Amino acid sequence: MSSSASAKTAAPASTRAKPANKAEAAADYLDGRLGIYSLAKSNLRKIFPDHWSFMLGEICLYTFIIIILTGVYLTLFFKPSMGEVVYNGSYAPLNGIRMSEAYASTLNISFEVRGGLLIRQIHHWAAIVFVAAMFVHMMRVFFTGAFRKPREINWIFGFLLLFLGFFDGFLGYSLPDDLLSGTGIRFMEGAILAVPLVGTYIAMFLFGGQFPGTDIVPRFFTIHVLLIPGVMLGLLVAHLILVFYHKHTQWAGPGRTEKNVVGMPLMPVYMAKAGGFFFLVFGIIAAMSAIASVNPVWAYGPYRPDQVSTDAQPDWYMGFAEGLIRVMPGWEIRAWGHTLNLGVFIPLMLFPLVLLMIAVYPFIEAWITGDKREHHILDRPRNAPVRTALGAAWISLYLVLLSGGGNDLIATHFHLSLNDITYFVRVGSFVVPVIVYFVTKRWCLGLQRRDKDKVLHGRETGVIKRLPHGEFIEVHAQLPQDKLHTLTAHEQYEPVELPAEVDENGVARKVGLMTKTRAKLSEGYFGEHGQIPKPTAEEHQEITSGHGHH
Amino acid sequence: MKKLSARRRHPLAALVVLLFALVASGGLYAAFAPAEKAQADSSAQSLAIDEGKRLFAVGCSSCHGLNGQGTTMGPSLVGVGSAAVDFQVGTGRMPAQQPGAQVPRKQPIYSQPEIDQLAAFVASLGPGPVTPTKDQYTATETDAIAKGGELFRTNCSQCHNFAGAGGALTQGKYAPSLENVDPKHIYEAMQTGPQNMPSFPDSTMPEKQKQEIVAFVRYQANEAPNPGGLSLGSLGPVTEGLFGWIFGLGVLIAIAIWVAAHTTKAKKS
Amino acid sequence: MSQDMSDDKLPQAHGAGEGHGDVAAADNPFADPGLPPHEPRRTDIDERAAKRAERQVSLLFIVSMLATVGFIASYVAIDPSKIVYVFPLGHINALNFALGMTLGVALFCIGAGAVHWARTLMSDVEIADDRHAIEADDDVRADVIQKFKTGAAESGFGRRKMIRNTLIGSMALVPLSGVVLLRDLGPLPEEKLDVTGWKEATPTNPIRLINMNTNLPMKAEDIGVGSLTFAKPGPSALRPGGLQESDEDFQEAIATDALMLVRLQPTDIKDPQSAALGFEGVLAYSKICTHVGCPISLYEQQTHHALCPCHQSTFDLSDGARVIFGPAGHPLPQLKITTDASGYLIATQDFTLPVGPSFWERNA
Repeated sequence: MSSSASAKTAAPASTRAKPANKAEAAADYLDGRLGIYSLAKSNLRKIFPDHWSFMLGEICLYTFIIIILTGVYLTLFFKPSMGEVVYNGSYAPLNGIRMSEAYASTLNISFEVRGGLLIRQIHHWAAIVFVAAMFVHMMRVFFTGAFRKPREINWIFGFLLLFLGFFDGFLGYSLPDDLLSGTGIRFMEGAILAVPLVGTYIAMFLFGGQFPGTDIVPRFFTIHVLLIPGVMLGLLVAHLILVFYHKHTQWAGPGRTEKNVVGMPLMPVYMAKAGGFFFLVFGIIAAMSAIASVNPVWAYGPYRPDQVSTDAQPDWYMGFAEGLIRVMPGWEIRAWGHTLNLGVFIPLMLFPLVLLMIAVYPFIEAWITGDKREHHILDRPRNAPVRTALGAAWISLYLVLLSGGGNDLIATHFHLSLNDITYFVRVGSFVVPVIVYFVTKRWCLGLQRRDKDKVLHGRETGVIKRLPHGEFIEVHAQLPQDKLHTLTAHEQYEPVELPAEVDENGVARKVGLMTKTRAKLSEGYFGEHGQIPKPTAEEHQEITSGHGHH
Repeated sequence: MKKLSARRRHPLAALVVLLFALVASGGLYAAFAPAEKAQADSSAQSLAIDEGKRLFAVGCSSCHGLNGQGTTMGPSLVGVGSAAVDFQVGTGRMPAQQPGAQVPRKQPIYSQPEIDQLAAFVASLGPGPVTPTKDQYTATETDAIAKGGELFRTNCSQCHNFAGAGGALTQGKYAPSLENVDPKHIYEAMQTGPQNMPSFPDSTMPEKQKQEIVAFVRYQANEAPNPGGLSLGSLGPVTEGLFGWIFGLGVLIAIAIWVAAHTTKAKKS
Repeated sequence: MSQDMSDDKLPQAHGAGEGHGDVAAADNPFADPGLPPHEPRRTDIDERAAKRAERQVSLLFIVSMLATVGFIASYVAIDPSKIVYVFPLGHINALNFALGMTLGVALFCIGAGAVHWARTLMSDVEIADDRHAIEADDDVRADVIQKFKTGAAESGFGRRKMIRNTLIGSMALVPLSGVVLLRDLGPLPEEKLDVTGWKEATPTNPIRLINMNTNLPMKAEDIGVGSLTFAKPGPSALRPGGLQESDEDFQEAIATDALMLVRLQPTDIKDPQSAALGFEGVLAYSKICTHVGCPISLYEQQTHHALCPCHQSTFDLSDGARVIFGPAGHPLPQLKITTDASGYLIATQDFTLPVGPSFWERNA
């Protein structure tokens, strides 16, 4: 292009058309440097399908942004220090009390900084809603099968975000150094000490010496505001890029196939809807923070290791871990001069395992179905009864453990014995999920049967007709074709079969354990007890043409 | 007046007159009763004990024995002092209605003068903590609430919660809420250790410190504002989580449904 | 593994007439009828309705502006300590309520306006966008693999083994510097978890038990049956003033030294060893739960049970603080106490077992 000959001449004129106005000129400038036109070509009118459950992820995104905005504000006033001061501020009931600078500065944010209390409460409420929304979002993805190829990796990103959200929330809860947060940190120290071999070393290194020391708040502060949010931000961006790249899933319906995505364009509809939704979420969280108090640190008082308040619970998302630790029997092995505190160590190990159970599910299901195709049409939960039942069982386990974490409040508010609730949770964590599994599966199959009836016999009109010979019948109306299509659009797998025991040469074939397991599971998923065969066109034709009077 | 007389033959007139008469005679009695008591002041103490004994025989002796010596149904009351009676009967816990993990607080059955008589009788059985006077349980210093707060967090909040909202104990027992509890009764509870609550006698927690705790409880459980908004029962993160799920996420999902729903189509006509 | 499995059992791709068997696609009652035709909304066909929607959207934006003005006005005008009664919220901070509500309204109305605009005035014609397979086709795949192989061959990574091995070695070692740097995060555990502030106590130099409330030493008769008292160590050689809140290491010290003192009728004490460690029925237990270290002190004076408020471990103080319920693995350590010549309660030795939660090196 730029030969030495052309160096002498004036710069060659651009081949591009003259911009019509200043905005176009600015866009041209950016395109010349960032290539924005190519980027926008496929994305500006990107299609997003409309469904409320597709906005759960947006709630997560927006609350995360709110948390970052308010969190930055809080760092301007918060002093992450455990240096001791004697409080002398506007909250009289704590005047003259010794406390850490972290706690004193939190009181300062709450009582002296105008709007500080509001920002603190927005930060905390947004965190509670953030994790709740992530949880519900994950469940939506789970129950609709949206984790299937090509979205398994994005599922893992989402799971990591949830997991990191748990921890960052716990760290934030620990920072104000009030009586509740200190109790939480004490629990953490005890849990770390239960780790065999290295527990005491980790505890000493983490706390910079003996509990509580003066290092834990500043260290947690850095992890809470920098390390974990940084990782989360990276994962979040990757998560969103993949959502754009894969294009959104959609429900079955007329005109919706695996090869297309039907909905409204990003520009303008989704810019307005999604952009507007950010303000709606922020508005609701702000109003929530105006009307309901969250974590009233002034009422808890400063942390002292010899003081405690009952109702010492973590924020809800750590509640199931609290339940694990509360209901675990106090097993302890003492031998050869060492102590293995199983009563704490087992719950500590179960905590990530309970979460991992749901995280690895997509890979297990993919292995059982052996399906290597992309899936963009969502399953209705009823059409995947085993998956739905497993998900419901997992949620019930989570809830049973959560109720274990609140056993004292359940005891006082429902006039029950604390001990009985604990025994119930011990048994219930094993029994309830099994019951929920079978009930949910039955329910799904029932719904499948109803769908089948609707397809074959039409919907009940409520009109009762008397036939000439005196019989009363209810008139059924045929469903329109779009409904028929929607109700029969789901795919049904057939169970995999074990290969013949002898091969074509009559030689006995060795069938591995994994193969047998897979075949068994597949039978459970897709065998005659796993799903109701969906109506076929022949069945429909036979019924409608043969005796189509009702 | 004319209107009133016009209705004197109304079917309900007799009832109204009767009610009026009852209220008037009750009021008159109430007005004169204290005067009688004042006359009997000289021998008030022994009279009160006698009167208390009579009340005790009717209401308490079936469980505690005629002389408060205790039975299989109820403990001995020798040496519990008048403070214990004033607390137990004054908060309605005694007489107990039915056996259970714990005797609950309820509407008191006896009037304060009757409680005083019962207390006088029980106090006569053996020396014990004496019902405190108002200046015993009323703190005067301005920093009492702050000092009381620290004492409360050391001695009380483990059972009664940081805001005095109460909490669970073993086997269905509980530490009750301290909301709307009379300061005298808070003081007496610390003195006497009712039911499973341990006592905090003057030897380990002097009167002044009890005053400070009473001042803090009065403030925290009754007067303290909730700067941030709804207190959600002052029960910590559990109710906060419920509120976040139901109100926070619930409202946001309702809004999401509105955002994503199809706009109503114009009717085909 | 899956080779020998019958993967041909998979249902056919969606939209390819799955499960319809012999019925021709034309008269298949379940066939996809395609996208339904677009139906207009009121605002699409009625200009008055559209105008009304436009006014509604603008009104929402105007309300938002007013709310922001209200936010600034509240910030300037309202005293941050002012408490007001708002039904049904109770007595709340006026500034927090005003700021939160105005901010909430300002934000909400922007969002509501934008969404209302999108729902009523922007096109609601559904558009179908084609998807493209995520997977590259075989040509691209082969091309990339070829390019990678060329690059790998040109680097000589596989051929020049010495370079490869030394590189792996150096890369494996270099993070060790980072690990070493973490060493000064804290001291080694050594004996720190095995001893408490009571370790200075000896029969010749005993330490008095100091009442947490009064900051004074106590006599045995001060502790009534059924009462509950908390204590800390008094003056010792290392700490001549006794443990005080103003001490720099108060928090670390009280986290191990805190005591819970109860008195039982000597006949109620089931464990003779425990009775021997006490003095005339006065028993001094560690206040730190052996589960994960919460200050356990929910003492039921009639049952002699102490319950931990955090995880409900229950200890029977009449039986050597044996665990009778909950997740704790061993009893609360008991401090041996007696009285000195003046009758004050003293300790003459440390706990015989480490206080607080179990740890790997705990030898008991």
